[in-house]
Amino acid sequence: MNAATANGGNIIEVHGVSKSYGGVQANTDISINVPYGKITGLIGPNGSGKTTLFNSIVGYHPIDEGSIQFEGREISKLRVPQIARLGMLRTFQQTRIYSKMSCMDNMQISVSQRNRPMTDMFKARDKGAIVERAEQLLEFVGLYQKRLLISGDLSFGQQKLLEFAMALMNEPKVLLLDEPTAGINPTLINGLIDRLKRANEEFGVTLFVIEHNMRVIMNLAEQISCLAHGEMLATGTPDELQNDQRVIDAYLGAH
Amino acid sequence: MNKTAHDGKIFAGLIAFGILGPLLFPDYTLQIALMWLMILMASTWDIMGGQAGYNSLGNIFFFGIGMYVSAIAQIGMVYDVAAYTSAFGAIVVEFTDTQYFTGLVLGIILAGIGASALSILFGVTVFGLRGPYFAIGTLGVALAAGELISGWGYVGGGGGISMPVYPGEAGASSKTFYALFFVLAISALGVIRWLLGTQFGLALNAIRDDEDKAEAMGIHTLRYKLIGWSIAAFFMGMAGAIFGNMIGFIEPLEVAFPTTTFGIFMVAMALLGGKGTLWGPVLGAILFHVVKELTWTYLLGWQWVALGLIIVVNIVYFQQGLLGWARDKWPEAFGLKVDTDAGAAAREAAE
Ligand SMILES: Nc1ncnc2c1ncn2[C@@H]1O[C@H](COP(=O)(O)OP(=O)(O)OP(=O)(O)O)[C@@H](O)[C@H]1O
Ligand SMILES: [Mg+2]
Repeated sequence: MNAATANGGNIIEVHGVSKSYGGVQANTDISINVPYGKITGLIGPNGSGKTTLFNSIVGYHPIDEGSIQFEGREISKLRVPQIARLGMLRTFQQTRIYSKMSCMDNMQISVSQRNRPMTDMFKARDKGAIVERAEQLLEFVGLYQKRLLISGDLSFGQQKLLEFAMALMNEPKVLLLDEPTAGINPTLINGLIDRLKRANEEFGVTLFVIEHNMRVIMNLAEQISCLAHGEMLATGTPDELQNDQRVIDAYLGAH
Repeated sequence: MNKTAHDGKIFAGLIAFGILGPLLFPDYTLQIALMWLMILMASTWDIMGGQAGYNSLGNIFFFGIGMYVSAIAQIGMVYDVAAYTSAFGAIVVEFTDTQYFTGLVLGIILAGIGASALSILFGVTVFGLRGPYFAIGTLGVALAAGELISGWGYVGGGGGISMPVYPGEAGASSKTFYALFFVLAISALGVIRWLLGTQFGLALNAIRDDEDKAEAMGIHTLRYKLIGWSIAAFFMGMAGAIFGNMIGFIEPLEVAFPTTTFGIFMVAMALLGGKGTLWGPVLGAILFHVVKELTWTYLLGWQWVALGLIIVVNIVYFQQGLLGWARDKWPEAFGLKVDTDAGAAAREAAE
């Protein structure tokens, strides 16, 4: 893959990014790389600035300083939908779906908007390859039986799975997941980890995952970065981080 | 029942009524024509208001714009508009039949196009607003348009314009305008039904449910909103042109931009029938119109109270409207699935 090698093998490169909300310095001089085709983790205590960093990357707000590159292209001035159309998508910590629409409708409207001719908007719904793909992915996350239900009536965990399936429907190159296991029934978490790995391996989606559950992230990611008080504390393999005294202190200190 | 067959039956019923109604009740031709206008208003309002969650209070703007565009086009074809309007009806321009009907058709088409074009121009600005700000912003546009035209001498200002006189014998005009409203309303419903069966319809619903999410998924939200609004504007513009010609005399505040009557009615009708559904606004428009006509006839003096009461009861007790209420009560009849395994969801939620 050309693009993969062009940018030092990184799909996302963040350099010296700072972001403050009024007086609150949420991110200070953050640098982080997300390699192509891998699963990268982001951890840190509550309020350490993880979601803020995601928001900066996907163009949710302007950053104060620094640069953000996606496939070697500067994107820090682009807006959310433009970045999404380049192939970088995020899911929300507070799950967001189209709650008055059925699961299938949620899936159908999540189809990729990249290079899509305008005339496609007038294509008939409930027909063709889109439906097939939507059903496959709902099957993949275990929601096939619920496909005709109004999505707002699903349980919180099911809504999270639906949001994940919607993201896959969009065929992103990289997917930023903000705490995918939070609020999910513990007995279902192993299944979810398995699906995240399969999405990465089978669909070739690079994953960048915020996760509070240590067991989950150690199991999932090849490389993990840890934030504390808005600053980048450490980056390394799961083993390295688990034994890093600063990381242990940050977590112990915060709890 | 299959949805296509179901919608087909309703269309067939409406068309049958549209043809038979004025034949069976010729004295009510005007009332039925106005009923089609009400259906046009409620149904096209619902494209953005119900389907996309953008509650405009200013769609009457397109109605008035269409009216004035057609007036300028029809008069301008054979005479100098400024001279015509400054004479305040003293000049009687003789239109030949061909001139009149060519002008009428052209005027109606240009009205649709003009209203559509303006909707895109204003849409770019007002779609930056959300919720109540959007409602007030659009209302402001409609109010301002009425005031501006009142002060614009070229089109007669507040004094208004006498439209070209319908040629032929007296009874013929009501049949013509009836037919125009009827065909326009059925066409609008056909277009809306088609639209809701496409990806476009899904996108409008997605914008209604969570516009930020839609953006985060890469959807060109502004593009959808502009196209949806311009379709509504297209039909409203043409409806305004037909109405102006039917009434025969137009002026800005009461006839072209009646924000507090038609402008509010269209919202009230859609809410009454059930916004965000294909047939809700139609049902609401028919009911509202019938009640309005009845109270005007039998309860004169109380008609506004009656209409106000309907709106209050609607908003306070069943916001989802008649069809929405029926859909909540009998979801299966509307093709919706309810969870047969709700226990599992509840158990999981309890964890
Ligand atoms: N929109 C905002 N306005 C003001 N302050 C904010 C805003 N969003 C976040 N913050 C503040 O910025 C800091 C970082 O918040 P952020 O949400 O990025 O943390 P987080 O690491 O995602 O935390 P959590 O694990 O609880 O999700 C916090 O102090 C938070 O209060
Ligand atoms: Mg967070």
